[in-house]
Order: sequence, then C-alpha cells, then structure tokens
Amino acid sequence: MREVDLAVVGAGPAGLTAAIEGAKRGYSTVVLDMNPRPGGQLIKQIHKFFGSREHRAGTRGIEIADTLFYEAASAGVEVIVEAEVYAIHDSTLEVVVQTFAEDSLILPSEEATTSRSRPLSIAARRIVLATGGAENALSFAGWTLPGVMGAGAAQTMINLWRVLPGERILMVGAGNVGLIVSYQLMQAGGEVVAVIEATPRIGGYGVHAAKIRRAGIPILTSHTIVSASGESRVERAVIAKVDASWEIVPGSEQELEVDTICIAVGLYPNARLASLAGCELHYFPGLGGWIPVHNSRMETTVSGIYVAGDLSGVEEASTALEEGRLAGICAAASLGKERAGDHDEIKAIEGRLLGLRSGPFCQHRQDAKQELIGIGEAQCPQQ
Amino acid sequence: MSPAINPPSYPSQQELRNAPGYPSQKRLEKGPVVAIECIEEIPCNPCEQACPQHAITIGEPITNCPHLDEDKCIGCGLCVSQCPGLAIFLIDLTHSQGSASVAFPHEYLPLPKEGQTVRAVNRAGEPICSATVVRVQNPKTNGQTPVVTVAMPRKYATEVRGILRAQGGKKNGG
Amino acid sequence: MRVVHHPILGNLPEVQQVRIWVDGKEIAARKGEPIAAAIAAAGIKIHRHTTKREEPRGIFCGIGQCTDCVMVVNGVPNVRTCITPVTEGMTVETQHGAGRGGR
Repeated sequence: MREVDLAVVGAGPAGLTAAIEGAKRGYSTVVLDMNPRPGGQLIKQIHKFFGSREHRAGTRGIEIADTLFYEAASAGVEVIVEAEVYAIHDSTLEVVVQTFAEDSLILPSEEATTSRSRPLSIAARRIVLATGGAENALSFAGWTLPGVMGAGAAQTMINLWRVLPGERILMVGAGNVGLIVSYQLMQAGGEVVAVIEATPRIGGYGVHAAKIRRAGIPILTSHTIVSASGESRVERAVIAKVDASWEIVPGSEQELEVDTICIAVGLYPNARLASLAGCELHYFPGLGGWIPVHNSRMETTVSGIYVAGDLSGVEEASTALEEGRLAGICAAASLGKERAGDHDEIKAIEGRLLGLRSGPFCQHRQDAKQELIGIGEAQCPQQ
Repeated sequence: MSPAINPPSYPSQQELRNAPGYPSQKRLEKGPVVAIECIEEIPCNPCEQACPQHAITIGEPITNCPHLDEDKCIGCGLCVSQCPGLAIFLIDLTHSQGSASVAFPHEYLPLPKEGQTVRAVNRAGEPICSATVVRVQNPKTNGQTPVVTVAMPRKYATEVRGILRAQGGKKNGG
Repeated sequence: MRVVHHPILGNLPEVQQVRIWVDGKEIAARKGEPIAAAIAAAGIKIHRHTTKREEPRGIFCGIGQCTDCVMVVNGVPNVRTCITPVTEGMTVETQHGAGRGGR
C-alpha cells in the first residue's frame, strides 16, 4: 500500500490548488483524477475569465489549467490521471487506475502502468475531495434521444476534442453556462437556432447575453422545451411559451429543425464519494443540492477529510481556486505545526471569497455558505 | 431584487446613458473614446488594469460597475480586447467627414479583411447599414481577441456593435 | 464534424492517427482522443440500446459522470467512451442492454 500525507481527489482548480499548498509545505501529495488530463473543467473553458487579477481574470481557462498543473508539478505534487477512486475507508483510498492509453499525459505511478485496469490502495493522512459538479438533466418527451446532451458535454466536444456534435443547436437555459456554450458553439462553426429559458429572466450575465444577441441569436424567455423527436436521434424540437404558473400557453408551440439540444439547467455537486466516505450531507438548493457539511476550515464531519470547489457548493472557477487553497492550507496545518503566515493567508483568502460572493449575482451564495459553515462549525471535528 | 436583466437582453440607450462607463454625447463628438456597456454588478475588473491612462475605475468591491473618466480616455482602445465580457467598444465620430468608426471584439472566423465591405449589425444582431473594414488587429497582447474597426455613416455609430458573420455550419471544417 | 479552424484555439494540430473498428467499420481516430470524440467525428450518434425498451442512447455528460455513452470496448461492456482514449486496433461495438450475450 502506498502511503502519502495528503491525497486529493480531482485535478480541477480546487484539487490542484489544494495539492500545491500541501506540497509547498513539504508534505507528500498525490492527486487522483479519472480523466486523461488534469485541469478539470478548466480545460474546456476557452473564454476569458471574469474576476480579479488574483483569479487570473482576463486569462482563458485553458491557460489557467496549464499554469496550475505546471505549478503543481514544480511543487512536487504527483498527479495520477485515468485513476478513479471508488471507495474511501479508514483514510484509505481504493483506486482503479485505467491505462487504456499506452502513454497518457502523466504516467500512472509504479506498478500501475502495465495492465489495462489495476487496483491501487493509497493510505492518506489527510484527504481533500474536490470532485466537482455534474450537469442536471431535464426531462421532457424525447429527452433520452441521442443528440440531447449537457451543454458542458457539447463544450467538451468542441473545445477539447474539436468535434462539433451537431450543426443546428437549440440551447435550453440562459444562465451563464447556456450563454457561454452557445457563444462557443458559434465559434466552433455551429449554428445556434435559439436559446430558450423557462423563467421570465435571463439568469446569466448581461454581457454574455449581449454577445449572443448581437450575433443574431434569439433568447426566448418564458419558453420551455416540449419535446424532442426524430428517428433514433434528434431531428426536431418543439418549444412553447409558458405562463406565470409554468403552464404551456396553448397554441404557442413552435417546431424547430435542430439536430442537437443542449441542456444548461444548472449543476449539482458530485458528492457520491464524499457520501461513501461517510461525510454528512445537507441540502442547499442555492448551492446546487446535497453538499458535504464543512466548517470554516473546509473539514467535513469525517475527521481528516476536507472538501473544496463545486463539491462544497456549485460556484465559479475563481471560488474553487480559493477554496482549494484554503482546504490545502488547513489540511496541511493539521498535519503539523501551523506555519507562520498561514493565519494571514487564510484571512486573505476569506476576504477574497467574500468579494467574489458579493453583488446581486453572488450574495445568495455567501448567505448559503455562511449557513452551511454554521452547521459545520457545530458538527465537524473541533481543532 | 432579482439580478437578471430583462429581455431584450442588451442595454437600452437609456440604461447606457445612465451607466458610469458610457461617455457623454459631448465627449463622443470630440473624437475617439470608449463606451463600456457593462451595467450589472458582476465580479470583474481587468478593464481597470488595461487602461494605461487610468481612465477606468472599479475599486472595491470588485462588483462595482466600471466608471469611465471620459476626459482621461484618449481613445487608444487597448481595453477593448481585454474585457472578458466583450462589452467595450471604441467609437470615433470624427473618423472622417460624415463617417464614424466603431471598433469591437470579433472572436469568430473568418476574420474580415481590411477594405472589405460588410453588413454592420446592431445590438440585436440586425443588419442596419453597410460598413467598410478599416482595421483588423490581433496582436499577441490581445490574447486571441481580434479587434475589428469598421467605418459607416455617423448616424449609425451608437448602434453598430458588430458585423454579420458568415453563415452555415461548414466554415470551420476541414 | 471536426473543428479544423478555430478563432481562439487555432488550427487543429496534426497528431498521429490510430485506427479503430466500430461495429466492424474502420474509423480513423486522433491519438489521445476518447472513443466518443472519434465516433462523433465519424457521424455516429448511437452508442447503445437500453435493456428493456431497446431505446437508443448517445453522449449526455461527456465527462464520465452519467454512463449514458457506454459501449463494448475490446469485448468489455459498459466502458465509458467519453473518458476512454482510443488505441490502435481497438474494437468498439454498439452495446445492447448490459452488454453481455447481446442483451
């Protein structure tokens, strides 16, 4: 069995920053990720990020992924890709390392390189779970047809794998994901027929909506999808207006000829592993669903297991970077003596998080996080 | 209060006139100046750092809307490519006798060519006039955000915010 | 359709081609890409048919979370094609039901 000081699950912005903090403090740190490349969902974010200089605003997400991975590698973090953690018990992670590719970007360590799929056990003194989020589904007639997919799935296909999943696309949901992915589908050469949104208002940033509109794409609010149909794949969609009580307005149905329907109706925290590990979950609709209860040090109800990023509430990459840092510093500090400067660093991170969670778009997240941490302070292990 | 804005989903002339990042008609008449069409309190501030004249201020908290000091703005347009929201436009009402120019970010293929005649579109994507491509700039410092400048009759300058893109799904294919 | 030209990402870089066989048909894939990308580029949308009603399914999440895109890969059923890279000579089959004994 391998033994490490800190094991991190998930090589996205939260996982990598947590690992960097651990390794910088001299602790042996390993990051496990089931994808073939590190970076989490940053690797498909080709738009310039919002935020401030500390959050690398103005830089495209893909570049942030590269920088983070480079920083992690320089700090001595070992990143194992194509490695899926399927159980955690008594601080031991049970991992399956897949090696379909003969030369994945980073070779899985040790004995794991030769066979296609191989178990690996890692005993870790501290664990940070940064398993991210996943897209919500939406049920309507024909919702399972090939061609109906998550907006994030389409984004992965065009930006990471450079394959356009369809040529005429209907986007369902006008939050930031729906708006940004619509824009990126156009950049990849796709035709976005319309963006529809069931609520009367556009949920995403106005600047994203404005980009879509000046490209000539209609954004239809108070509109829902009624059905998708086609012979074994999407060939058309029916949309309709909804009234104030979410009922379809009779006669408002419109048929659109599309081959792809992208669903952008929010994300939920991927808490399966946290749940398996015994972390207590609490339901916070404003943060995406079931969230592992954690205290202000990001530690869960299971001593030694920390969380960060979308798993601890669906937010932005910028907040994930900060929470990852926070979890990494706190996990490392609990392994030995707190370093001089740790306290100030934690305060600075908390200040930046507060800034990111302010304003009319984000204040509700601050309120929800505060409530979550309040529960966590009462239930999580005391320092 | 819900933060989301109402359709038509781009700022109205009224909202822009009230926005701290939009220049006055008087300043517009004087020559090149940027128009920052960013009217929501979102956490973002790269424009502040992009301006060498320190004409753009956001300050604390980061969710403040950008404020343009229109007397400090020299119309260099360096901020146009740096705005992650692609919400800054450079307007020059003094481009030539009777014509104005508008520069906007254009992250699509194919890029137009200088001298080309294009259809200019308004904020709703509707073609409103013919325009001539004056400049297509994409230096490394733009971070892959090309900036296209088009000239058109003066009366359209506060409406034109882009150009009609090539249609069809095949243009990026092999 | 491959996105060959892109305003932000530039032109698609040349990489080594690998051949995979999908339901017996040879497909040229790009080394390092997942099976799902290679078959989408070839225009294939159906990955499997469900057990009870034999309904077609394709990609849904594209990041290994939902298991809608599983296929039989090198004889092994239930392989998530969105996160499994292609390898030279790989055989990929449309999955029926749980993928064992055809149903």
